Amino acid sequence: MQTVAERVIARAKELFFSGEVRRVLGWERGEFQHERIPALYETAEQLEKLVYDEYCGPNLSKELIALSKLEGRTLAILKPCDARSLNLLLREYRVDREKVYILGAGCTGMRGRDGLLLKCETCRGKDFPVFDEAIDDEECRKVPDGDRFADVCRIEQMSGDERFLFFRSELSKCIRCNACRNICPACSCNQCVFDNPDSGVSSKASADPFEDSQFHIVRAFHVAGRCTDCGECSRACPQGIPLHLLNRKIIKDIGELYGGYEAGGRSPLIDYRASDGEA
Amino acid sequence: MQKIGVFVCWCGTNIAATVDVAAVADAMRSEPGVVYAADYQYMCSEVGQQRLIAAVREHALTGVVICACSPRMHEQTFRRAAERAGLNPYMVEIANIREQCSWIHKDKAVGTPKAIALARAAVAKVLKNAPLTAGESPVAKRALVIGGGIAGIQTALDVAEAGYEVDIVEKSPTIGGRMAQLDKTFPTLDCSACILTPKMVEAAQSPNIELLTYSEVEKVAGFVGNFTVTIRKKARYVDTNRCTGCAECVAKCPARKGKNEFNMGLDNRSAIYIPFAQAIPNVATIDASQCIKLRTGKCGICEKVCSAGAIDYNQRDEVIERRYGAIVAATGFRPISLEKFGEYAYQESPDVVTSLEFERILNAAGPTKGQLVRPSDGKHPHEIVFIQCVGSRCSEDAGKGKTYCSKICCMYTAKHAMLVREKYPDVRVRVFYIDVRTPGKNFDEFYRRAAEQYGVEYVKGMVGKVWRQNGKLMVQGSDLLNDEQLLIPADMVVLAAAIEPEPGARALATMLTASMDTNDFFSEAHPKLRPVESPTAGVFLSGACQGPKDIPETVAQAGAAAIKVVGLLSKDRLVTNPCVAHSNELLCNGCSQCEKVCPYGAITYSEREVVDRGVKDVRRLASVNEAVCRGCGACTVACPSGAMDLKGFANRQIMAEVDAICRAK
Amino acid sequence: MQGEVNEFKPLIVAFCCNWCSYAGADLAGSSRLSYPADVKIIRVPCSCRVNPLFILRAFQRGADGVIICGCHPGDCHYTTGNYYARRRMTVLFRLLEFMGIDRQRVRVEWVSAAEGAKFALVMNEFAGAVKALGENVKLGDLRCKP
Repeated sequence: MQTVAERVIARAKELFFSGEVRRVLGWERGEFQHERIPALYETAEQLEKLVYDEYCGPNLSKELIALSKLEGRTLAILKPCDARSLNLLLREYRVDREKVYILGAGCTGMRGRDGLLLKCETCRGKDFPVFDEAIDDEECRKVPDGDRFADVCRIEQMSGDERFLFFRSELSKCIRCNACRNICPACSCNQCVFDNPDSGVSSKASADPFEDSQFHIVRAFHVAGRCTDCGECSRACPQGIPLHLLNRKIIKDIGELYGGYEAGGRSPLIDYRASDGEA
Repeated sequence: MQKIGVFVCWCGTNIAATVDVAAVADAMRSEPGVVYAADYQYMCSEVGQQRLIAAVREHALTGVVICACSPRMHEQTFRRAAERAGLNPYMVEIANIREQCSWIHKDKAVGTPKAIALARAAVAKVLKNAPLTAGESPVAKRALVIGGGIAGIQTALDVAEAGYEVDIVEKSPTIGGRMAQLDKTFPTLDCSACILTPKMVEAAQSPNIELLTYSEVEKVAGFVGNFTVTIRKKARYVDTNRCTGCAECVAKCPARKGKNEFNMGLDNRSAIYIPFAQAIPNVATIDASQCIKLRTGKCGICEKVCSAGAIDYNQRDEVIERRYGAIVAATGFRPISLEKFGEYAYQESPDVVTSLEFERILNAAGPTKGQLVRPSDGKHPHEIVFIQCVGSRCSEDAGKGKTYCSKICCMYTAKHAMLVREKYPDVRVRVFYIDVRTPGKNFDEFYRRAAEQYGVEYVKGMVGKVWRQNGKLMVQGSDLLNDEQLLIPADMVVLAAAIEPEPGARALATMLTASMDTNDFFSEAHPKLRPVESPTAGVFLSGACQGPKDIPETVAQAGAAAIKVVGLLSKDRLVTNPCVAHSNELLCNGCSQCEKVCPYGAITYSEREVVDRGVKDVRRLASVNEAVCRGCGACTVACPSGAMDLKGFANRQIMAEVDAICRAK
Repeated sequence: MQGEVNEFKPLIVAFCCNWCSYAGADLAGSSRLSYPADVKIIRVPCSCRVNPLFILRAFQRGADGVIICGCHPGDCHYTTGNYYARRRMTVLFRLLEFMGIDRQRVRVEWVSAAEGAKFALVMNEFAGAVKALGENVKLGDLRCKP
């Protein structure tokens, strides 16, 4: 991975200095040894702090919504999972493709404080669905053998009451910090329904367990058919709630019922077949 | 400040008998926002409406709720009344306390609280209503009739007579439809061609009618008053401007293996053909699947013998696009396939025929030149058995056939039987029936004449099986009135097969967004009061495509459809539905989810400048074409941010209704 | 009031599409059929208008069961609305079940304008099924209790 990381950083700097891109979107070191924070580099001096290593878990694609509106091109270093998220944003016209130079960066799995990130255990592939240039090697292209839906299946096996207690218990930890929403690339509304006093459902701190359920059900539903399973929601949650379970449940159901969608194409929930099964 | 008035209708005793209307009005008086509540016996009456108007004026009401019958009955009535009172007609909501309350619940103690809950919901909704203004859309003064049988022809003639232009699109090479295939028509036994061809000629010569034969509708876009229809004019490989209909090509064509559709496949026709002698337009058509030249490049005889130089092997389909204000579906019917009715030996013996095939045999221009002979050996039959209800009136669990009565078979079988007995008195004719249904004008007399005067033997009972034996067709059936089983050695068996809509009808219905029932008949807007309109505005129904019917009924319905078309085309502008979708610019993300689910293509996107919380920004934003939007609301649910909302059924309104209903618990 | 045995009557909110199922409900009324008074109908232009937010709202405010009625697939007045509703509700109901909500508290039914009898039958059946489940607690909101 060393060589891939070095090559990525070198290439990013090269493109910046050549003037092909105006700014570089990458990571910088955080306070802790395992922490990497998304960072925008606009000068040569700042660019010295650009880092790409096995702790660069954060998904940078969402930043491009705002960055692609600025003058000049932005270079984004995207891992395969990040590139999938960007694909969604491009399909939904949120990011101007012309304004982004996508440097695909090979990845052998990202780590956090507690080791390999959950999302990397069930990595869904090392192909870049969209890129201008990709830098990886054989090591990076290996895909671990994880069962993405193992946790979902385990919960499906539980009884209704057990499931209810599980989610009630997990969601009761929610402090409505909105980190999951803020970091999710699919959750990119200019103004969220939960922040809009006219929507009828605006809320912040939950005054009743119903509101926890409502927020997460609605959020999962709004990204249903669009979520690319990048795993950032669970990673960002300060309370450690396994939010990805809801999204993966929906992905599993949609896959079974209507065919997978993450490769691109129309989201299954804005599509139909006359032969669809009944609810 | 909102000032809502609530009017609770007794509807005579329809509501008042099982709902305490005074109590409902009472409960409403203490609802937030309500300044006036009253009950009255007949709100929809002129007096009732006057009371409404007076109350609006006296109390300066900003919105009204009528607790009465279904909005599907009188929403329009009360909207108009509100308008007369000076109130915006969309500040009116109806609480359905009749069909969905008083008629369901017999106990006042149960019906009254429910009526109060429904009234509360309506009040909650109207408090969030905004005044809406209906838009206008233009009307293209041209009608499209799809189907060139007697139904389509009659509708077109009537529309043309009223002074409007109309196109008939017909998928076969000629107009005329099923009626052209008939020999004689009941109950008068006049020659079908003789009464049909003058109408066909009239349609061809009318300056207001354009015939687009050998053509099919490919795509329909738009809405009432403004349909844009794509029509494919299939290649005939014959220049219709030059062809004189002399039929030399037909005589000389060497390819004679194609099944003759006009004769229901009883004989063959050439690859280049004119469907029947009185075809209109009277031009030849080449069936590309049969033509040797088009398939292999060899032959070309028709081109050589054509003195008009009308053959054009290079002709291509032509696709045209036209605008219409109204569309009429007149796609007709066909007999069902009998593959599941093997018990009648239809597939085994050529002497077992359907009634339409028998009609062709009797017809002088048919495959046997009008001679009644057996298709198998050309011999004259002495014993003919007619079997009724083949595939009609089947039980739902039969797994085959249709559940409905095909309506025309009793009459046409009586006709066939009579014609046979009249021309060939030596032929014994028996009709196996379950019931004889001949209710039309002079119909019952017709059938009785067949039985009493012409000696047609009517046997009440069903036929179990038909099989071939020693050159005969053994028919085993019951004679219930004489309580015996019959075994008849017949020479021919005629099956009155059920009729069903033409197969292309369902695809057409989808294109028109017209509803169909489970039998693929077009649905009418109301089974009693609106028989020739589809629930889809601007689409009308004519003929058997709406349900089995005979020629007199078809012509009557065709005229009815025509006047509906004329009523529509005579307007210069149509009032559009104002309950349409609307996108909030400040909330729209530009993601196009809504655009993809709109069935009408009413949503488009463009870059526009907005000022969001003081900041100027150029964004990709959705906009709704209010003339095209039909107000389904699919976009509102596809929109994650809630930018897209539906006027008249807004998110806040529906949630307010939910709150009010659940509050009552 | 106190002292009386209060039989549990489930509150059912039914979202009915204007063109088919609402008309079917009207027909049930014209035909004087009977179904529980606890079923209260909200008219929407199409089954596709029903947002999951509405369903959650109903449960929050005290509903015990929610049913969405629309035209038969293929017969939607707006051609495709019920197809979308069918997919969305399928995914939503499975998600709710995954979170431990009783699957029988929510339903989608297709009722045409001619099917008054079916409407009454469905409402009776659904209200019965919800009644057997008891009061909705899992998706309730204590602040909305009377």
